[in-house]
Amino acid sequence: MSELTELAHRIGKEVIGPDAIDVDKHARFPKASIDALRKAKLLSAYVPKELGGMGVSIRDLTEICHVLGQYCSSSAMVYAMHQIQVVCIVRHGLESPAMREYLKNLVEHQYLIASVTSEVGVGGDVRSSLCALEDAGDRFKVEKNASVVSYGAEADALLLTARRTKDAPPNDQVLVLLEKKDTTMEKRGEWDTLGMRGTCSMPFLVSGTAKKDHILPLPYSEIASRTMVPFSHLVWTSLWSGIATDALRRARIFVQTEARKKLGTVPPGAIRLAEVNSMHQSLRAVIEDAIAEYERVKDNDDLLSSVRYTVRMNNLKVSVSQHIVQMVNHAMMICGIWGYKNDSKFSLGRHLRDVHGAGVMVNNDRLLGTNASLLLVHKEET
Amino acid sequence: MNDDIRTILAEHGRLAADPKTLADDADLYNAGLTSHASVNLMLALEDKFNVEFPERMLKRKSFESIASIRTCLEELTGAAK
Repeated sequence: MSELTELAHRIGKEVIGPDAIDVDKHARFPKASIDALRKAKLLSAYVPKELGGMGVSIRDLTEICHVLGQYCSSSAMVYAMHQIQVVCIVRHGLESPAMREYLKNLVEHQYLIASVTSEVGVGGDVRSSLCALEDAGDRFKVEKNASVVSYGAEADALLLTARRTKDAPPNDQVLVLLEKKDTTMEKRGEWDTLGMRGTCSMPFLVSGTAKKDHILPLPYSEIASRTMVPFSHLVWTSLWSGIATDALRRARIFVQTEARKKLGTVPPGAIRLAEVNSMHQSLRAVIEDAIAEYERVKDNDDLLSSVRYTVRMNNLKVSVSQHIVQMVNHAMMICGIWGYKNDSKFSLGRHLRDVHGAGVMVNNDRLLGTNASLLLVHKEET
Repeated sequence: MNDDIRTILAEHGRLAADPKTLADDADLYNAGLTSHASVNLMLALEDKFNVEFPERMLKRKSFESIASIRTCLEELTGAAK
């Protein structure tokens, strides 16, 4: 185990895990968890060393997410989404002095960045925007009616998509950094969901202003295909697989406890545990393969924008989000009534509710629809 | 060939601008070409020119301008002759 995963496990055991039930129960932001990650400087882990960060790899981040997912899915999701924003800035903003300065401050103050890509009125298509940047001298102004901003109320800054100008077509988008001090956020609804309750992903009317050097130079379409989309799928699937890892752990302890009680007999859940164990191996292998592939091709812009790669990443997200539901269901069958009870150490209710979020968050049917369309022109590798 | 490409773009590209007014090297994505519309565009081009875009051409760059589309089509129709 690497030092980083050990550190993540320690924070998980000491802070995140013990708070997870209460975060879930009250659908509140996991403040203690994020503060503990701040204290360990993990919010700036991907920032290059020359700017004060740890300069960790994409793989390291996915491993941290896999660990955090084993303790609290909401905390892991907040951490993952924050890292998506940081990775976008690091990969596409380092040539901008303003962004370098911001990253240095992020290291020092351990700022938390939220994503504002969704918008009321675009039908869930984050690759088009209605809102547009408005020119205001050396600054710009923007107002966005966002349908979902995870941990928006708690974030120190926002990375927001908007049309480049009011005359630009809906898909000519840029990504801009808004600091909380220059932004107002009017909460437009609540977050009372089946699972992933601590992400506090409420709708907000966001209005903000920033200097023009807070606009990332590369068009959003390219940031999305090179970094935001593939990296999101890697950290999400990693943390989701972490939920399955913990469910499997509970089922394994349950079966082993049974086995110790009745030596010489194989407990009834053991066969199903063997089945989930095999599913877990495949699940982790599929994610590992995708991480290794992204690390290999992450600077090959042509390949990252290809039909083949898009189809593969969509497949990864769809398949992992489906398998984890099946795995937690199996774990529930193994633990029986002890998994079904909320007040048992084998309880799997929160896991089951959280994993159902995976298929809904960037809806699997939307991704399958995209793949269905792309497969009309896709040719298999020969 | 450019006129044929413009006609197909007008029918399937769902661009914000009229393709007749676009320069050969104008960026079609900036003109509003979405990935969904680009699939229909590819299908229409494959049908019209009786070609199949191989996997190596199925990337953003191949369809970023009228000129880049023509380069792909010339390579494919040339190979077919």
